[in-house]
Amino acid sequence: MEDQKKDTVKMTGSQAVMESFVREGIDLIFGYPGGAIMPVYDALYSYREKINHILVRHEQGAVHAAQGYARASGRVGVCLVTSGPAATNAVTGIADAMIDSTPVVVISGQVGSPLLGSDAFQEVDVVGVTQPVTKWNYQITRADEIPWAIARAFYIARTGRPGPVLLDITKDAQFGSLDYSYRPVTSVRSYTPYPSVDPGLVEEAARLINLSSRPMALVGQGVVLAGAEKELIEFLEKTGIPAAQTLLGLSAIPSRHPLNVGGLGMHGNYGPNVMVNQSDLVIAIGMRFDDRVTADPKRYATSARVIHMEIDPAEINKIIHADVPLLGNVKESLPMLTAKVSRNDHSKWLEEFRACERVEYKRLVEREINPDKPEITMSEVVARVSEAYDDDAIMVTDVGQHQMIAWRYFKFRQSRSVITSGGLGTMGFGLPAAIGAKLAMPDRPVCLFVGDGGFQMTIQELGTIYQSEVPVKIVLLNNNFLGMVRQWQELFFDHRYAHTSLINPDFQTIAKGYHVPAVKVTRREDLDKAVKKMVSADGPFLLEVAVEKEGNVFPMVPAGASVDEIILE
Amino acid sequence: MKQEFTVTVYSENRVGILNQVTTVFTKRHINIESLTTSESAIEGIHKFTVVVYATKEEIDVLVRQIEKRIDILKAYYFSQDEIVYQEIALYRVPTASLFEGNEVEKLVRQYGARILEMTPEYTVIEKTGHKSETQDLFNKLDPYGVTQFTRSGRVAINKLKKEPLNSYLRKLARNGVNPEIKTD
Repeated sequence: MEDQKKDTVKMTGSQAVMESFVREGIDLIFGYPGGAIMPVYDALYSYREKINHILVRHEQGAVHAAQGYARASGRVGVCLVTSGPAATNAVTGIADAMIDSTPVVVISGQVGSPLLGSDAFQEVDVVGVTQPVTKWNYQITRADEIPWAIARAFYIARTGRPGPVLLDITKDAQFGSLDYSYRPVTSVRSYTPYPSVDPGLVEEAARLINLSSRPMALVGQGVVLAGAEKELIEFLEKTGIPAAQTLLGLSAIPSRHPLNVGGLGMHGNYGPNVMVNQSDLVIAIGMRFDDRVTADPKRYATSARVIHMEIDPAEINKIIHADVPLLGNVKESLPMLTAKVSRNDHSKWLEEFRACERVEYKRLVEREINPDKPEITMSEVVARVSEAYDDDAIMVTDVGQHQMIAWRYFKFRQSRSVITSGGLGTMGFGLPAAIGAKLAMPDRPVCLFVGDGGFQMTIQELGTIYQSEVPVKIVLLNNNFLGMVRQWQELFFDHRYAHTSLINPDFQTIAKGYHVPAVKVTRREDLDKAVKKMVSADGPFLLEVAVEKEGNVFPMVPAGASVDEIILE
Repeated sequence: MKQEFTVTVYSENRVGILNQVTTVFTKRHINIESLTTSESAIEGIHKFTVVVYATKEEIDVLVRQIEKRIDILKAYYFSQDEIVYQEIALYRVPTASLFEGNEVEKLVRQYGARILEMTPEYTVIEKTGHKSETQDLFNKLDPYGVTQFTRSGRVAINKLKKEPLNSYLRKLARNGVNPEIKTD
């Protein structure tokens, strides 16, 4: 006890927040000040040499930026917001981080504890509101709880299956004083972040893999979150198993790796969707069988045994029954599995995927990326931009048609290069997420693809780009439509375009207002030059392309269908 | 097929856990039939007993979703034959009804109920048992003028040889994981 006493320093709760950030290695936070968080901002003022703060234009943007930061770098993203409306603005981002397993810590201010529950000015029950969309949340009402709660928050956010943590700090706890000492949390009794790998199940999985003649790997974001890309490649190369990826799993394997057979799900590639019902063994690696991947789960992987390698016990048998539920961190379980499997070659089986790829190319891809019609397609823009970056940029997207197209046609060389809102499908995610990604990885180009609908949901973050000088490249694919909804209206609602047509502002003028250099392309012959200009620009840049008005995203697995009923056109 | 399950949840004693437990059910539109919560036999650990109707597949997933919450230690589910359980019911009848013949007294004896309190105006009868039994007694007593009737949630004990939570806690302690000390 004597020793502990010596270690402590007297400080305020707000200083303790900053000091704890420093101890956790945090040097960048995203936020927006306001009444109930002012003491923490005041402490931040004294820490401004150690902690850089990015002033966003809306709290939703703060969380999305923190998500982009976390997804690009693997580090925890941090946000600072005030109480009430600020915290509720943050909720969308928190929910997005929850469903996409993104490590984010959000600190919200709260009214003073004597006022709690009194409908005080800017009071919202933030802990109640965010409970279902946080991995953990906690209300701090005493200054001396702050070091413990922050240590616990970072530990929980980044370990196991990562996720968002919210700490709601009452104003009196921010002002209050404490004897500060910081002890990082290394375990929580009621929380098992990394279930131990059962060697018996590894044996069983290896046995099935060695027996299989048509095995297929489904790679999810779990591989990226675990930093197990190398372990994955070693497993795949030893076994010769073709690997497809989920929306968030993309870029875990380089696009041109010989065993990469493309994307899964509703707008994924033709091959992996069809072949999953031909396969005799599906090895799901850090993925959760989202309904956008499986379509009708009763008709998914119909002739396959399933090995599910997963860190979260709650995902086992949630959608697809696992014959071998291989719980654990894939960083640990993949090498164990690789050691047990025989070296193999599935070139004949792989060739079936390649045949599908040729069909897809001939019937769809070719005319998408080299169209013979006068209108510019989204696909050709994405393909030209990817080429211009030599397939090596961090691709951020918003949500909608452009997202699926960017995901289909952008190519990757390294992991953590896809930042997109997968589970929640949050329009408005893209622009702030791109800001966070660029700040996390200043040496990598960050290119956002965004539609004209989603762009206007968080367009004010152009102000953040200007003020904080974030060199984000923005490709606005403008069709003056809420394209994905319009596509569904065309296909499933008898062309009844209910409120999907947008009459847009002049985005060039808006960009000018925010001092972001911009170019608009309406003719194909101007595209390459404009892309080159964007890529070589030093600072931020907006490339707006007027694309075909009623283009559709194909292939497509219609809702409720089986994955092998995927349509190509 | 939906059947009755008794879910027992053990958690750290923190604010807001009940909400975390119930939202897992409400999120799937599953109604909670009965709910009891109090401190468990182990100091600092709370126990929730929840009765729900669900399919085996549903309950299996739900319990793991509850367990996933950070401050939940463990969650288990049991079908009816795997537990011994009890509920308690209280009935208030006018004392006068006991003097109009011996029917009420006979019911108390027959149902193994007992009289908890007697005043000149009212008498409170207590019965423990399964819901069907306490309900049955209510139906029988009602003609004599039950003025209040209340029933508790379920308390349950499983029939397993070893209490799984204890084994779990011992395993954690062996691995050096102990309860957190929040502040000095």
